[in-house]
Amino acid sequence: MLKDSGISMRQAFGDALLELGAIHPDLVVLDADVSGSTQTIHFGKTFPDRFFNVGVAETNLVDMAAGMATTGLKPVVSTFALFLALKAAEQIRNTVCYNQLPVILAGGYAGLSDSFDGASHQSITDLAIMRALPQMKVYVPFDPSHIGQILEHILKEGGPAYIRLSRNPVPSISQQEIGFHPDMPVRAAKGAHLTMVACGIPSYMAHETVAELKKKGFETDLFLVTTLKPFRGEGIRQSLEKSGRLLTIEEHTVIGGLRSAVLENTGGDLSYQAEYIAIDDTYCGTGPYLELLGKYGISKKHIIQKAIKLLQA
Amino acid sequence: MIWNISNINQIASEVLEEDDLSVKSALMQRLAQGFRLTVFDLLHRAGSGHWGGSSSAAELLTVLYFHILNIDTENPRKESRDRFILSKGHGAPMLYTVLSARGFFPLEDLSTLRELNSHLQGHPCMKKTPGVDMSTGALGHGLSVAVGMALSAPLIRQEFRTIVLIGDGDLNEGQTWEGIMSASKFKPEGLIILVDYNRVQLDGSESEIMPTFPLIEKFASFGINVCPGHHDGHDVGSVLDAWDWIGRQTKWPVAVVFDTIKGKGISFTENNHRWHGARVDDLAYEKGYLELDTRFQELDKKC
Repeated sequence: MLKDSGISMRQAFGDALLELGAIHPDLVVLDADVSGSTQTIHFGKTFPDRFFNVGVAETNLVDMAAGMATTGLKPVVSTFALFLALKAAEQIRNTVCYNQLPVILAGGYAGLSDSFDGASHQSITDLAIMRALPQMKVYVPFDPSHIGQILEHILKEGGPAYIRLSRNPVPSISQQEIGFHPDMPVRAAKGAHLTMVACGIPSYMAHETVAELKKKGFETDLFLVTTLKPFRGEGIRQSLEKSGRLLTIEEHTVIGGLRSAVLENTGGDLSYQAEYIAIDDTYCGTGPYLELLGKYGISKKHIIQKAIKLLQA
Repeated sequence: MIWNISNINQIASEVLEEDDLSVKSALMQRLAQGFRLTVFDLLHRAGSGHWGGSSSAAELLTVLYFHILNIDTENPRKESRDRFILSKGHGAPMLYTVLSARGFFPLEDLSTLRELNSHLQGHPCMKKTPGVDMSTGALGHGLSVAVGMALSAPLIRQEFRTIVLIGDGDLNEGQTWEGIMSASKFKPEGLIILVDYNRVQLDGSESEIMPTFPLIEKFASFGINVCPGHHDGHDVGSVLDAWDWIGRQTKWPVAVVFDTIKGKGISFTENNHRWHGARVDDLAYEKGYLELDTRFQELDKKC
């Protein structure tokens, strides 16, 4: 069973928008008929003049937001990650990113978190798509309590940004960290044998494996990455120089997500062995969230297996 | 008067300085034909670019920039300015020519169209060209962007108008109809939709490729306050009549459908889909320029 932190990413997102809406009069929110699911509905009720539900029309959703951004408003676009990243990909590229407009693209129900709705709703290629777009910044929160801070950070930095959100409650691991900053990977554990890098929901699983690996005599350097782009790989690279072993963990296919980001940013003269926890280049199915993650190789058990394989190689 | 790049400024300033509307109308008619000559020349020089859709929009863009839009060439990003989006972005050569003649950038820049390092890209780019309010090129975006801009006006306490010019290709795109539905739902004040309805696409006529006629009925049924009759998008008088009608409206958004001719002004390019983006070679240039210039001389005599 999932340890409920009492709050889901979407709830945290809805709450954060309410708080930010009160502080930023130029913040507007647009949704595509899923405001009840994404939780933007609360912003809509509190700030009806700054909320636009455009219906099931994702291309129009993104370009309307872009038009607003040209006038100095700060639009937050919200819908399911799958439809945002795929139906509106051309609008995101040609209107938002090409023009460097400050639009926040919030992809809800990402990964396999819309588990019972099946493959048509499961967004497992969004990070690859968003990372590939010049000017785009890509944020993958691993803890609901960070979302407000990440949104504030994006508003301050300006420019196009994608934030990946999940449907379900997740355990909070914030209390055990020191000094979260959206741009810097959090070093959640220190160790010389294995460099573990995780993002998003499976981060808590990775965090839980550290103690178990320690019992087996292995020390893990664990990095929890929020910003996939621009990627800050210095600490991870230094860790790999010592450990020579990399394990990446993400809720995305093997192509273009965290694994790719780490490999792109730690290559060159550095050689190390690498394994990954990610979804194969495939479509997933229906089922309870955690069991579904497990079916596609994302669980504490799988992480430990891959870690041991690397450590014993 | 002979049309050439060096006297654009003179002819353009005559238009801007004229107060008598009937005189100004004739001057704008001549100016638009001068812009056609310039664009044809630029495309011949560049070796690529879209003549058909550029020529189609000559009078519509001339009237907009020389009579309608509240803009400041010294401050192209002025918050209170009217916004214009050329959703049919392949009309870029005409837009650039009009912007330059209006004073947004030097005329000499025009000859760099489509060249390496030019600020005049193949399709409009708001980050590069002064006076361009939105980058376009991929069809279907303009109306949605315009709805967003128009809805912003009250939120930033401004009263600007947002004008979007769409073409046949835009009307093929599903997104344009998403934009029309949202325009109808949110009813932003000051949103003006102009249709450059030349009814010829890249591969053939609109009726052959993807029928959109009857457009006025379609717009009306979607809840748009559309002008009940088509206007002649090549007759400055008719274009001004359309703007008079727009000026009297209080129900938003408004739309006007302009009948236009793709490749207007040259017998062998008019209504010819092959001239959507065909290269202007030396032979075509020689014959075409002569026809355009003959008409320019006729219009000059009326000024």
